[in-house]
Parts: sequence; structure tokens; C-alpha cells
Amino acid sequence: MAVQPVVEGASERRRWLSILAKAQSKEVLAAWEDLTVRPEYSALRAPEIGMVLVRGRMGGAGDAFNLGEMTVTRAAVRLDSGETGIGYVAGRDRKHAEIAAAVDAMMQSADLRAAVEGAVIARLARTQDERRDTAARKAAATKVDFFTMVRTRSPG
Amino acid sequence: MSAVLDLADIAPAFPDPTRGSQAVFRKVMESMARPGVIHDLGFAPDPPEGLDRASGAIALTLFDFETKVWLDPRLRSGPAEAWMRFHCGPPLTEDTRAAAFALVTDIDSAPPLNAFNEGDAKYPDRSTTLVIQLPALEGGPPVVLTGPGIKTQMILSLAGLPDGFWAQIQANHEKFQFGVDLIFVAGDRVTALPRSTRITVKGD
Repeated sequence: MAVQPVVEGASERRRWLSILAKAQSKEVLAAWEDLTVRPEYSALRAPEIGMVLVRGRMGGAGDAFNLGEMTVTRAAVRLDSGETGIGYVAGRDRKHAEIAAAVDAMMQSADLRAAVEGAVIARLARTQDERRDTAARKAAATKVDFFTMVRTRSPG
Repeated sequence: MSAVLDLADIAPAFPDPTRGSQAVFRKVMESMARPGVIHDLGFAPDPPEGLDRASGAIALTLFDFETKVWLDPRLRSGPAEAWMRFHCGPPLTEDTRAAAFALVTDIDSAPPLNAFNEGDAKYPDRSTTLVIQLPALEGGPPVVLTGPGIKTQMILSLAGLPDGFWAQIQANHEKFQFGVDLIFVAGDRVTALPRSTRITVKGD
């Protein structure tokens, strides 16, 4: 696979797509329902469910190995105003993928971006941070420090 | 296959991919089973520039990540290729022998039929299926079809075929069980000529 050329704004888009992908479906649906502006859109690719092979590297630096397959749902939509968005989300929720695609399209639109940036992206990011934080604190509470007692030899 | 697809210009495909492709598949199968009968694919979505509606419908239905597709040079790197890559994702090949499907929009400059994969003795079904886009399926010089799927005989008068093309199709039939299968499309319409069909050119 050749290296993809870097598109301007790609890393920013990657950030919001990642947030949409990792959010739980019910959170995405709730955030979408709470929106005041929901543009009309049509499906460019109707939501479809498939598998992707997740690969990993031991310690982030070792040889790549196949971690396992995960279920992914993807969709692509086009807003009536012309912007095209894509959504790849974990799980089997078609509506989640469709909304992720619609939000991606709205984030690309100068007029609609303000409506979703805070109400969807920031809100989902906050929930995810809190979840990660809670998990980290629960894990930290069970941490055991192993240490070796150092016996000091008495001189002589 | 490394360039990033620009999604902004890609036209939608079937609104309901499952039912849409099943309906097209049925028509294509009927065409193969009854050579020379013309079917209508007018229900299919609007194709991108360079493709007829029926060609687009067949691409959406039959092409996928497992089928190597040889595209007419006129379609390469154009909107039709982008549309196909997005909706079907087939590996594209320039090697006619490797192609499972060939989509020909300019028959005059296309490679000869025997340049494509004619199958092998173990798997004659692994031959190339050519989808050939013509100006019309009627109005050309008539030929008589006989063989499996035809009760007595059928008359087919495809328009826009170059001189000597029927001789190529006859030679293709002579090699049976080897040979390529042909699907002809024009506008919304489709008809097929499997390698099993015997062809008599009028005046022969």
C-alpha cells in the first residue's frame, strides 16, 4: 500500500472521525437527537456491516501481528448542500454509522460546523475522556507495588 | 490504486444494494440462459459519465473485491473508475488474461476476444466475461443464433460491431468448452451471448 498523500486538515478530520467511531451508539444517537439543525441527506453508500482485521505491534514497536477481527459498520452520505461524509464505527449499529457520516459531512461545511462541533464532537470527546479516566482510576486503585526489601548488612 | 478517492463527485449506487443487485443479477442470468433475448435494466441508478445505465448496473452487481476487472482505457482514471472503486472495489488489471470481467466501451479499439482468458481444462468457468457497450442492440446486420436456451432460432442485429467481429465470436464458439462469454449492453438494455451459442451470419 502506497503512502497516502497528506491532505490539508486531514489530522483534524481524523480526530473527529476517531471520536465518532469510538463513541457508543446510544451517545451518538442522543447527541444527534438533541441537535437543533439536522440537514437533509441521502445515502451514497447505505450502511453495511463487515469485519476488519485489527493488527497490533507488541509494545508499539515489535513485529505486526493479527490481533483479531472486529465488526465494523460503514456508511457514506451526501448532504443536500453537497458535502460528503463517511462513517466507520465499531459495532453493528447502522444508525450510528449513518449519523457519524452525516456529522462528518456537517463538520466539512462552513455553515453547519458550528452546530455539531460542540454539541456532538466535543460532547462525545468529553464522555470518552471521562470513561477513560474512570477506568484508569479504577485500575490505579488496584495497583500493587512490588518492592524488594533491602537488608542492610551490619558492618563487620 | 493508491490515489485518494475524491468522494465529492461520486454518484450514488442502488438505494437498496441487496434488492437492486438481485434484480439485475436475475436479468443478466435470464440473458445468459436465453441468448438473444433483450432485457431492460431501466430501474438501475444513473451511471457516471462514460457508462450506460445497463453497464453501470452490471458493474455494481457482478464486480467485487474478488473479481479482477479489465477496464476500457477510455474509462481509466475517469469518473467511471472512481465510481466503481468506491461502490464495488474490484482490483483493476491491465492484463487481459487475468481479468474475470472486461468492461469494453469502445469495441473498435478493444483487444481481440482471444486475448482474454478462455478458461482452462479444469476450470473453463474461470474465463473472462466481457461486458461490451454498443450504440444499440438492434438495427445492425442480423445474425442467426441457435444452440442451448434457444428453441428454434433467434435473430440478433447488434449495431456498431466492427467488421470481422462475428468471425471472432464464431471462432470463440468453436473452442467450446473454452472461450469467453459476452454481455452486450446499450443504454438501459442488455442481452448476452454465451460461448455455447452457434452463430450463422446471414449471407454466409
